[in-house]
Amino acid sequence: MTDLLKLSGVHTNIGRYHILQGVNFAVAEGKTTMLLGRNGAGKTTTLRTIMGLWPPSRGQIALAGQRIEQMATPDIAQLGVGYVPESMAVFADLTVKENLILAARDGPLDTARLEWIFGFFPALRKFWLSRAGLLSGGQKQMLSIARAIVEPRKLLLIDEPTKGLAPAIIGSLIECFAEIKRRGATILLVEQNFHVAQMIGDAVLVMDNGMIVHRGEMAALADDTPMQERLLGLSLEAHQ
Amino acid sequence: MIILSGDPPRSRALSILLIAIIVALAAVPFLFPGAKAMNVASKICIFAALVASYDLLLGYTGTVSFAHTMFYGIGSYAIAIALYGMGPSWAAIAVGIAVGLPLAALLALGIGLFSLRVEAIFFAMITLAVASAFLVLASQLSWLTGGEDGRSFQLPELLRPGTVFVKDFFGVSINGRTLTYYIVFFASAAMILGLLRVVNSPFGRVLQAVRENRFRAEALGYRTVFHLTYANCLAAVVAASAGVLNAMWLRYAGPDTSLSFAIMLDILLMVVIGGMGTMYGAVIGAAVFILAQNYLQALMGVASNAAAEAGLPLLPGLLHPDRWLLWLGLLFVASVYFFPTGIVGRLRGVTRPKS
Repeated sequence: MTDLLKLSGVHTNIGRYHILQGVNFAVAEGKTTMLLGRNGAGKTTTLRTIMGLWPPSRGQIALAGQRIEQMATPDIAQLGVGYVPESMAVFADLTVKENLILAARDGPLDTARLEWIFGFFPALRKFWLSRAGLLSGGQKQMLSIARAIVEPRKLLLIDEPTKGLAPAIIGSLIECFAEIKRRGATILLVEQNFHVAQMIGDAVLVMDNGMIVHRGEMAALADDTPMQERLLGLSLEAHQ
Repeated sequence: MIILSGDPPRSRALSILLIAIIVALAAVPFLFPGAKAMNVASKICIFAALVASYDLLLGYTGTVSFAHTMFYGIGSYAIAIALYGMGPSWAAIAVGIAVGLPLAALLALGIGLFSLRVEAIFFAMITLAVASAFLVLASQLSWLTGGEDGRSFQLPELLRPGTVFVKDFFGVSINGRTLTYYIVFFASAAMILGLLRVVNSPFGRVLQAVRENRFRAEALGYRTVFHLTYANCLAAVVAASAGVLNAMWLRYAGPDTSLSFAIMLDILLMVVIGGMGTMYGAVIGAAVFILAQNYLQALMGVASNAAAEAGLPLLPGLLHPDRWLLWLGLLFVASVYFFPTGIVGRLRGVTRPKS
């Protein structure tokens, strides 16, 4: 299995704060890698650094062997990186349709792919011509994810997709991620909900204080309660 | 629907209001053939296009620019200098347009590439500085621009009031002035419809996305500096074209009519009153503002006299025509307070959603 994304000694400073302090990890092609950690560990900063929104002060980031740490955000996106930021990031003044058209940079919307998306997010079909600002929180999150997958991407960076959502909607999202995985997508997913993480993750990275403190198989961490408690201060049982 | 680029007014009241304004403007030479009415109507047409071009920046990209009157002035001065220097000919008009519009686009490109990368407030400050410099330059280069006196010029024979096409058409003389008015009317309409096409194109959607969240748009792969600069150039070309029409109508270009910051404030007010990010708001805002500017004083005179005749206390003094600017200001404060989304937003019954 080849590595699609590789971070080597990445440091990121935001103002006077040194957030990422030498992050090293690789994301295997075709796998879903979960990035876990406490609040403030640097997970969101890691995704934003990969995306070029907060460029690294040191270190290397390679996508399919190509160095991207000096590239501008649009160039990184055009290499095939889809980004789903946290906080239900939709364009509120545009309709659901317009949000998706905007994301389909390679041309008109692919009808078959759209039907595939409607399969697990039927609400998007229902509110196709409604302004995205009028959608519920869960629907906005669905739209945000749909925007990232409306065209095939090499890599998906997804930041806390289940945050603040009702259990029923989380179920739809898990089904969606499972389907995206089946299509062979490579995903780096930040998640606080360990239950969700162990359901969809192949590999796991745990961050603390701006560094990776654990890497391994998701299934192994899910089976090791003492390790969960040591790394994350929680146990899977407590989240079930 | 095709002519409106699939973006109809979406409100019966708004449609009626727009149709009323457009029909009235189209019929002004026949309904109100006097000089003042024609001046007011042509100013509404020109400002509707100018405000629409500013709406492309402010309403669709969220960019505040103070250089818009500079582009308007470039158009005005280009046509004035060409007609003054080359004499009243169509060739001079063509040269004025051929020089003025690309010059406005080039300046907008320069300003955009150098300053749209920075934060919005710095862009606003840079445009303010450039516009101030241009105003000073226009006043100082009197050998070219006529300085503070500006440049008066003659139009080609066909567009002069003395050229009569039909002496008596239902009691109205159709002359070169009428032809100039209809050039202004149709050119302004074409510019507004063109801008409506732009904002409803995929490019327009990207501009709206940039307005909402620039980083999010970049994360989708859009080079926002390119889009903002392109919008800035388009707005500048339309503003310069409006300037060309203004100079042709007035047969004059000077600092007060083409470059002053008072015009910039008027444009801002018209965009806000009409409704930002709607394009239709430009037509409504320009019509309401310019009608109020020109007829409020006379209307207050009538109201003041009526109040005095009725023996009402205080009112005749409050409504005295000399106080028209006070009432104009209050009218604008009230319109912004009661219609925060502008007249168009109010008529469409929408409030801007919180993202």
